[in-house]
Amino acid sequence: MHASTKRTCLAGLIAVILLVLAGFVFQHWQTWILFTATKAIGYGLVALGIITLMRGGLVSFGQGLVYCTGAYASGLMATRLGVTDAPVLLVVGMLASALLALIVSPLIARYRGIFFAMLTVALSMVLYGVLVKMNAIGGSDGFTLPEPTFLGWQPSVDYADLALYLLAAVVAVVASTATRLYYDSMAGLVALAVRENELRVEYLGSSVFKVTVRHFTIAGALGGLGGTLNGMALGHIDPLFSFWTTSGEFVFIAVLAGYISVSAVFLSAMILELVRSFSNLYFPETWQLILGGFLIVVIVFLPGGIGSFWERVKEGRAARAQAEQEEGAGS
Amino acid sequence: MEFADILTILVDGVVYASWLFIVALGLTLIFGVLQILNLAHGSLYAVGAYAAASFTMLVPYFGLPPAFSLLAMLIAALAVALVLAPILERGLLRLFYGRDEVLILLVTYAVFLVLEDVTKLVWGVQPYYVFEPRNLFGNVEIGQLFYVGYDLMLIVLAAICGLAVWLGLNKTTTGKVVLAVIHNPDVSACMGVRVNWIYLLAFFVGVFLAALAGAYTAPLISVQPGISVNVIILSFAVVIIGGLGSIPGAAIGALVVGIARAAAVYEFPEAEIFIIYLVMAIVLVFRPEGLFQRTQARKI
Amino acid sequence: MSDAAIILEARDVQKRFGAVVAAQDINIKVGLGEKLSLIGANGAGKTTFMNIVTGYLKPDAGSIHFDGLDVTKLNPRQLTRRGVCRSFQIPQLYEPMTALENLLVAIGTSNQAFSLLRPARDAAVLDQGHALLKRFGLEGYAERKVSELPGGVRKLLDIAMALVRRPKVLLLDEPTSGVSVDEKFPLMETVMEALSEEEVTVIFVEHDMEIVTRYSDRVLAFYQGQVIADDDPGEVLADKAVQKYVTGTAKADAVEEEAGA
Ligand SMILES: Nc1ncnc2c1ncn2[C@@H]1O[C@H](COP(=O)(O)OP(=O)(O)OP(=O)(O)O)[C@@H](O)[C@H]1O
Ligand SMILES: [Mg+2]
Repeated sequence: MHASTKRTCLAGLIAVILLVLAGFVFQHWQTWILFTATKAIGYGLVALGIITLMRGGLVSFGQGLVYCTGAYASGLMATRLGVTDAPVLLVVGMLASALLALIVSPLIARYRGIFFAMLTVALSMVLYGVLVKMNAIGGSDGFTLPEPTFLGWQPSVDYADLALYLLAAVVAVVASTATRLYYDSMAGLVALAVRENELRVEYLGSSVFKVTVRHFTIAGALGGLGGTLNGMALGHIDPLFSFWTTSGEFVFIAVLAGYISVSAVFLSAMILELVRSFSNLYFPETWQLILGGFLIVVIVFLPGGIGSFWERVKEGRAARAQAEQEEGAGS
Repeated sequence: MEFADILTILVDGVVYASWLFIVALGLTLIFGVLQILNLAHGSLYAVGAYAAASFTMLVPYFGLPPAFSLLAMLIAALAVALVLAPILERGLLRLFYGRDEVLILLVTYAVFLVLEDVTKLVWGVQPYYVFEPRNLFGNVEIGQLFYVGYDLMLIVLAAICGLAVWLGLNKTTTGKVVLAVIHNPDVSACMGVRVNWIYLLAFFVGVFLAALAGAYTAPLISVQPGISVNVIILSFAVVIIGGLGSIPGAAIGALVVGIARAAAVYEFPEAEIFIIYLVMAIVLVFRPEGLFQRTQARKI
Repeated sequence: MSDAAIILEARDVQKRFGAVVAAQDINIKVGLGEKLSLIGANGAGKTTFMNIVTGYLKPDAGSIHFDGLDVTKLNPRQLTRRGVCRSFQIPQLYEPMTALENLLVAIGTSNQAFSLLRPARDAAVLDQGHALLKRFGLEGYAERKVSELPGGVRKLLDIAMALVRRPKVLLLDEPTSGVSVDEKFPLMETVMEALSEEEVTVIFVEHDMEIVTRYSDRVLAFYQGQVIADDDPGEVLADKAVQKYVTGTAKADAVEEEAGA
């Protein structure tokens, strides 16, 4: 195995251990954090998909489409077919959304910039419009989900949040590790090249179209995971999952994180969820105002996202090391 | 389908298209000149509607005849544009010129979020009803059916707005300068054009048009939270169908969306939003840049 | 020249942009291994010709044949895969990436026995990238961002990327433009030396007639979308029309004489 692959997998392993430990600590200290963290992971997974798209030069403003599709596919599986096993539902939600994304992506793959962004909004709003009117599955009220089970085990009420959190943490780490490995691969580098200069990519004999389809499908799978997870966390799903303001929050997280670092996504999702809980508590009327203001501040002061901040620290260290080296050579 | 049904759909569709056109005209103008797709445009429409609700209340208060509410609505739209355009363009958007267009899209999304709560803080969450002006023009009979005169007046207003913007751009010196800036802001700046002023002017007109549409549709709707979201979604469909940055495109797009919606409401009310986006998706599949734009190969 | 040795052919190619004639009645046969240069004033249609050959633009009429096959309908990607590669008048690079990373992308897309899921900084891939940099004398720039590199280095890198696929036909659009006068010859030397390891047909656009004379066996002169001369360098540069419309070396009286005749 390549050294960098080993390093990434090791980091994933450490992250799982830390997250699981943190889960047991919070279970006995501040249980609400577990619920918030699970939701943040759900959001973070969807944003991870947007970041993958961003690396190929695209931003989707309509990831609510796959988020909602995943939630409804797994939700219907649970209510209609009585499948309550969380891991199974996650796989179902992921596959349903990935499939939808795969079907849709050839239609939108030739658009760029705001056209791509707005077309994805349009698609998510079509789904919203359809779901609102489908009274058979709850219309605009949506429906309530049964409590999930975990490989046959039904946790007691006290441990339900912890169980879901632990599953979410494992899913998050597996998804991030896989994504990181992809970013660092040859294919991931070519995708970054698409972002910088499509013409040259085509003139090197590689297909920009394929990269876009691949990314949109990956983003679909991640969105489906996130939607399923949040459906289970909230216990209720409705068409607002596909509304464009929901998608806006995913983009917010992605921009706050930047496209460089994978773990920054979950950090920024957690920040968003904490700000949301905080403002729900103290300023219930002005949540959007705070979110909007926060977004502007981020764009003005941290244009590359949190991830770029880490990168800058790293670069600074490298520059200092080089300066020292030169100094050493000079003396 | 009876002829009368078709007529009803057509008239309803065109009335709907007329105010939608005014909103989309502002959106497309801002995009054409500043290259910004303004997600907060629907909120500006909403602020216009709220301002009109407040201003028209002043008409009976000062003992003026009801016809003055038409003037009050115009003043409301103007006031909104005078306050918000400089704050938003000079105070915020200016900081992001030359940055990634998707980033600017996100900034306008932030503005949307902020304006949503600000309108709630200023006007509260209870609905406002501005019915009186709608009675000003009585009823008009077309083919044995009666239509509200005020609604038909909106069609005239839309035509005036479209014509005014078109003439302003093509027949005035300032308009020519605006076209020059659209063509190439850098060269225009070198020739001594004060590009900043042109940006502010275009943004001001765009905001004014959004607020104007909001003000004059206030009598048709109940003014309450959520109207902004509907409008932005619809006007996006309009400009994307017509082609971003094109005035005739906005007109055709508005008609397509207005009539498609009226037909849907009449025939399959379940499918209202769905139909509009379906139309948009179909147009995009066949004409990627919208009906009124041509794609060009980049010179390399 | 026997037909078997013809690698590339343009037949009756026409292209207009509105009123501008960018290619008219272009008929060219290029033999295997030829070093062909294209000359012509600004806007004569040299880049357009390259764009049509590589599938970026479709001709209004006429066809392009490569290796005996009609390739007119293929796109740049398909032609690149078949072995028609190019560099650009304005280098098309991945600006925020380093020089090495730019080449890694090229190597990755050429997929020479490397799985796309292999780490991009795999030792074997890195070796190949460094070897390529070395071949073009660019070792010192490996870790520099290309947006910060001088013009000549950017040109070389652009050409190096085009070479990764081991093209059969290589088109170079003004390899020495934007490079200072005393660097032009060294740059061409580097390119020609790098190419000497390959069996490649080269077509390059050039404005400097000394370079044309030194590095090409055959010259095509373009004027307003048409080929007005096609011969070895000595003949073409001595041609009256070429002197008048392309090189501008014709004496005023000679031109007048011709006009009077
Ligand atoms: N995509 C395009 N759209 C419109 N006109 C074009 C396009 N590409 C080229 N042209 C025009 O076609 C003509 C030929 O252009 P071309 O780029 O082939 O010239 P060139 O010989 O490469 O010139 P230069 O030495 O300046 O590079 C020019 O008049 C140019 O303006
Ligand atoms: Mg050229």
